[in-house]
Amino acid sequence: MTPEPGTRFLRREVWLGWASLVALLVGWQALALWRASRFLPTPLTVAEHMIWLAREGHLYEDFAVTLARAAVGFVAAMVIGSIIGVALGRSRIADGLFLNWVLVGMNLPAIVIAILCFIWLGLNDTALILAVVLNKTPIVITNIRQGVRNLDPAFDEFARAFRLGRPRALWLIQLPQLVPYILVSARTGLSLVWKMVLVFEVLGADSGVGFRVSLFFQFFDIQGILAYTVVFVAIVMLLEHLGIGPIERRLLAWRADPS
Amino acid sequence: MARGPQLTLDITQMSLGNRPLFQGFQLQVQPGETLALIGPSGVGKTTLLRILAGVETGFVGRALIDGVPATEAPVPGLVFQDARLLPWLNCGGNLAAVCPGATRAQIETAMVAVGLGGLAGAWPRQLSGGMQRRLGLARALLVNPGLLLLDEPFVSLDRAVVRDLQTLVANLIVHSGATTVLVSHDPGDAARLATRAVLVTGRPVRILADLPLDRAPAARSRSDCSQLEDLIETHMSEQAP
Repeated sequence: MTPEPGTRFLRREVWLGWASLVALLVGWQALALWRASRFLPTPLTVAEHMIWLAREGHLYEDFAVTLARAAVGFVAAMVIGSIIGVALGRSRIADGLFLNWVLVGMNLPAIVIAILCFIWLGLNDTALILAVVLNKTPIVITNIRQGVRNLDPAFDEFARAFRLGRPRALWLIQLPQLVPYILVSARTGLSLVWKMVLVFEVLGADSGVGFRVSLFFQFFDIQGILAYTVVFVAIVMLLEHLGIGPIERRLLAWRADPS
Repeated sequence: MARGPQLTLDITQMSLGNRPLFQGFQLQVQPGETLALIGPSGVGKTTLLRILAGVETGFVGRALIDGVPATEAPVPGLVFQDARLLPWLNCGGNLAAVCPGATRAQIETAMVAVGLGGLAGAWPRQLSGGMQRRLGLARALLVNPGLLLLDEPFVSLDRAVVRDLQTLVANLIVHSGATTVLVSHDPGDAARLATRAVLVTGRPVRILADLPLDRAPAARSRSDCSQLEDLIETHMSEQAP
């Protein structure tokens, strides 16, 4: 196939994106050298400290634990949210009964949900992940519900006319229409879940990135905080450029302009 | 060459809300016939097509395809008013979607037949309006080359594109020997493609005129076509209320 118009621009945008990232690091270095403050170490110092933390500290365990919590919370929220979202989208009665619950869930402050979970279930992983799921699920529900509402009846008629049968209609007709909504949920969800897990770890966990950063905070260990932040950001970038980004481009290739 | 099925419509009663749409409406289509259903838009032509396609079942009466109820008969080759392609599947995928058993070669053959050879990997959005209709035709023929149900297949296209598409449809019908029902508001479509024109109007729908159109559509000259068009238009204007 011939390359589509826009591919060249896209490549240039990617290149610009990476260049700006390097510029950010250089700017940081310059600022740190100029101020020469204990509270703003240079990127090189932070990198050294990061390596030291990986060798001598708990960097790997902390990130493994946090990632696992985020992953479980994310997957659970996506699955539960999708099921409930489909139910609310399809059934007017279910929608009438439960839409207000979803609104309540959306607007309860995340920290309140977390505190309640910790009080009721104790300071453990179950409580932490439950808090994440309770915070994230309503957002998935509203997204998927909207997607189901927007399913085009013209395609259902098409499925009936060509006797596709339920499983094939689901796979070929309904699911592709929901993909954009699922992707939006996943994208917003991932960053939200990530951040929530960290906050909740500060609140009520004895392991993980959030817990470690709160320890660093108690000792005003700015190097440690920045080292963890950089790793955190790096993982998010990897996930974006090797995970969600390519998946999204592939699944939405049929649309006119790649975003 | 396969001969298409015989179609029998006998709709005792069908209502939209509390207004009767059909009441004692009867129509027979002979095997291999190309019937043009001509009438004003909104009269119920598309509904008749949907009944024949087995999609619309909310009526009292019978819709038989070679004696079998439409809902149980082999899937017809339906062409929608809009092309109704699945935008998230490429062109080949659009054909495979309705015909899961089809091989790559069969799909390519079907695409070549409508002049879209080599485009199986293209996305529907990359096709022009006329090409999208062609793909819709290929899809219908792949599913069932014996029974074509065409719902306004030339609406909202450029005049030149319409000419090409009409020639293509005429050839495809001749080659497949399909029984074809063509729904249109334009007498010109009937004059160029059909062997019989049924003019419908009113609510409940009644048949204004049932006109056999002589000469094979492919053998009609330009003046033949305009004569037939005039004939149909005269019948429509004379008997319209």
